[in-house]
Amino acid sequence: MPASEEICRLSATELIAGIEAGSFSPAESIEAWAGAMESDDLNAFLWKGVEGGAEQGSGHLSGLPVAIKDIFCTSGIPTTAGSRILEGYKPPYSATAVERLTEAGAGLLGKTNMDEFAMGSSNENSAYGGVSNPWDRTRVPGGSSGGSAAAVAGGLAPCALGTDTGGSIRQPAALCGIVGLKPTYGAISRFGMIAFASSLDQCGPLTRTVADAALLLEVMQGQDQRDSTSVGLEAPIELPSSTDLDGVRFGVPAELVGGDVGIEVGVREVFEQTLSRIEELGGEVAEVTLPHAAHGISAYYVLAPAEASSNLARYDGVRYGLRVEADDLVSMYERTRSEGFGPEVKRRIMLGTYALSSGYYDAYYAQAQKVRTRIAEDFTAAFQGVDFVVTPTSPTVAFPLGARTQDPLSMYLSDFCTVPMSLAGIPAISIPAGLAAPPEGGPELPVGFQIAAPAFGEQDLLEAAHALEMSIGFQRLDQREGEGA
Amino acid sequence: MTALEPVIGLEIHVQLATETKMFCGCRLSFGDEPNSHICPVCLGHPGVLPNVNEQAIVYALMIGEALGCEIAERSTFHRKNYFYPDLPKGYQISQYDHPIAVDGRLGDVRVHRAHLEEDAAKLSHKGASGRIHGSGASVVDFNRGGTPLVEIVSEPDIRSAAQAREWAQLLRATLASLGVSDCNMEEGSLRVDGNVSLRPAGSDELGTKTELKNMNSFRFLERGIEAEIERQRELIESGQEVEQETLHFHPDDGSLTPMRSKEYAHDYRYFPEPDLVPVVPTAEMREAARAALPELPAARKERYLTELDLPEATAASLAFQPELGGFFEDALAANSDATPRAIANWVTGDLVAALREQDLGEDPYRSKAEPREIAALAAMVEGKQVSHSAGKQILAKLAAEGGTAAGVVESEGLAQISDDSEIDAMIDAAIESEPEAADQVRSGNEKAIGRIVGAAMKNSQGRIDGGLAREKILERLG
Ligand SMILES: [Zn+2]
Repeated sequence: MPASEEICRLSATELIAGIEAGSFSPAESIEAWAGAMESDDLNAFLWKGVEGGAEQGSGHLSGLPVAIKDIFCTSGIPTTAGSRILEGYKPPYSATAVERLTEAGAGLLGKTNMDEFAMGSSNENSAYGGVSNPWDRTRVPGGSSGGSAAAVAGGLAPCALGTDTGGSIRQPAALCGIVGLKPTYGAISRFGMIAFASSLDQCGPLTRTVADAALLLEVMQGQDQRDSTSVGLEAPIELPSSTDLDGVRFGVPAELVGGDVGIEVGVREVFEQTLSRIEELGGEVAEVTLPHAAHGISAYYVLAPAEASSNLARYDGVRYGLRVEADDLVSMYERTRSEGFGPEVKRRIMLGTYALSSGYYDAYYAQAQKVRTRIAEDFTAAFQGVDFVVTPTSPTVAFPLGARTQDPLSMYLSDFCTVPMSLAGIPAISIPAGLAAPPEGGPELPVGFQIAAPAFGEQDLLEAAHALEMSIGFQRLDQREGEGA
Repeated sequence: MTALEPVIGLEIHVQLATETKMFCGCRLSFGDEPNSHICPVCLGHPGVLPNVNEQAIVYALMIGEALGCEIAERSTFHRKNYFYPDLPKGYQISQYDHPIAVDGRLGDVRVHRAHLEEDAAKLSHKGASGRIHGSGASVVDFNRGGTPLVEIVSEPDIRSAAQAREWAQLLRATLASLGVSDCNMEEGSLRVDGNVSLRPAGSDELGTKTELKNMNSFRFLERGIEAEIERQRELIESGQEVEQETLHFHPDDGSLTPMRSKEYAHDYRYFPEPDLVPVVPTAEMREAARAALPELPAARKERYLTELDLPEATAASLAFQPELGGFFEDALAANSDATPRAIANWVTGDLVAALREQDLGEDPYRSKAEPREIAALAAMVEGKQVSHSAGKQILAKLAAEGGTAAGVVESEGLAQISDDSEIDAMIDAAIESEPEAADQVRSGNEKAIGRIVGAAMKNSQGRIDGGLAREKILERLG
């Protein structure tokens, strides 16, 4: 039987292979990972507990623990969405995505920290404190799935669930040097996923490898009667095996990658090296145009807050969660919501309420919807000429804690390259492509490479990402530490 | 000054009698233990999503078809946002700019639209005001929350309070005949709000309208609208302006008071519900809805007038009161001898009176009388086997105790006297007992004959045919 450290160095697919081969038992795996989670000093977990997964033969994921972003409802287990307003709330039911994992035998490994209601790009908007990036503890892990990304990168979990509304899986995956997949909108049920912006929210895996992402996607995807916007994928996802990119065409959109969009030098270098690598693997790189993509952030910051302002209305102190008593109803609402929500959530509720107000709807919400449609059309047109669209996942490497908290706009720009895919509803993956030094100096940090595919093109996307991953041979933090030890 | 003309439109909320709620699997209930039919979805827990009830779609299609509407190939839901404790999500899911049915007509009033939405929960306020402001505490029962509703909006084609009541009754009868709702105004499964404005007669413009709520019976609907027409008339005639507002009708004194602006003035911030896909009824669903339509009240009234030759008022009350109409149809089906008109008269006349007397409301099935026996009774009277006044006694007996008409005739000895000599003797006795009237008839005042006929009927306990008695009296005194 291998030691706990050895188990904890395995990817999810390796772990399952080990269990199947009888090298160790599901219980040993779960125990090893529970120990890893307990050692969390990144503030990656909001609830540390293990449920299920230890039973032999309970499904093909038996023995695989999955860390769950605290935005997924888990029956009887605290679920806060990173907000004070849900402190102590225990849902009476579990999210479909979580249910599908546990039905396949997987265990639940804690609930991970996140920006409050998934609103943020640094995890600093959590009501329960920020999360440290395991590569450099003075830096952010990205957000909003910051706890999930830090847990996987920091060796506290083999894989995790996140949600992505405008980049909340891909950006933290990039900043923490792991794989993050946002599937096509509708691929995985949203039932039980606490809503931020319903027309954009999508569940996805944060993993050590592309194959792991495929493994989890296949278990979670599928139509769900409880989510009428879910459709699932057309065919089951297979573990990717491609090692070359022969004849595969990659498009680089000038609007997102051009010289004037604020991409850090180091990030740009890694991006360009990756493009060269694509050509070495037999792929083609071409320029494509997404004429409206640069307006993505503006449209996103109308649409997402608009939906959020409505989605968050239910936190009113009447039925569950925080209630701050007052003399009358309106004061109770006001005090509960004043004390329960953090500043970024309040800012977005106000933005969204304004955008939907009578007299402003056409100028903001309706206009933003038009931009969204245009961006989707841009992608459709681009995919006539190329198989994938590629960009750096984040314009920057992980930035220092506190660096952007006073400047919401610069924080919003973290999602410049990821938001257009969210608006278009198409799948996109971030894989670690290399390291780059931050502009202010210091040790090198991970850089993510984003690949986006047409809707429901997950299998092709995973194959391309896998080929590139194999060629890049990125050394994860746990692998580096393993060597150092 | 030109005369003022009322312009009235109605908005009707109908609770659909589906098995389950609009967006979750909870059963519908009325009067059950509070908060016993609830789940995370209808309580608005974090992360839940709505799921459209297909039965509700079919019912809405039936309503749309019955109202002669165009059915939308694709209709969508919006969110109507406002904070209130009876609204767990902080928004109501409702159809907005693409309703399921538009542009219909019922009787002489056009239907603007019919759309689907969900009902709010039920709030009870403790304390003096009965309203949320100023009450000590409020409790919420979420059983009703999420009940499927269809809101039907008429065009402002109605011109009087009485017409509003009649049209609402026709609409209720139509909905009841579809079986899609209990249509109970007191219990709130049918709620009628009115929009009222006045304008100079003959003008095309619309005046400022007010919205009337809480008129929970047809009588209150008529009274509320009547009162509002008068209120607006006085305002306009004294040179004042009508203010656009929502008024609450008080059934106890018939007064109207403005609802507090806080209770209804909202910017609802409508936007498309991202959790639901558009409703696109399949050809099969639409066909099923059409096939499920019964004979509708307006058509039924027409048939009663033309085919059964019923008088206008009788035809209307049988066609527009579903239970009464059903009873009549059953009696008709069991009948072989009586004319439909005779049966209709017994049902809408004496039977309804008997119901009222027994305090049984408007449902003849709650009385002990069988439809078949009412038909038999009508045939006996028409065939002169019993007199009309005996018929009345038989009906009363049937309604109170049940049994057969023939049995009542037998046990009460109400059969018509057919022996001529016996009749003659009774006629003679009647003339003798009313000498004054007899003199008046002799001197040409035929009106006085009534008293003698009455006496003959009384002596015979209604067992003589009135017409025959009259003839025989005239013969003797003529
Ligand atoms: Zn329910």
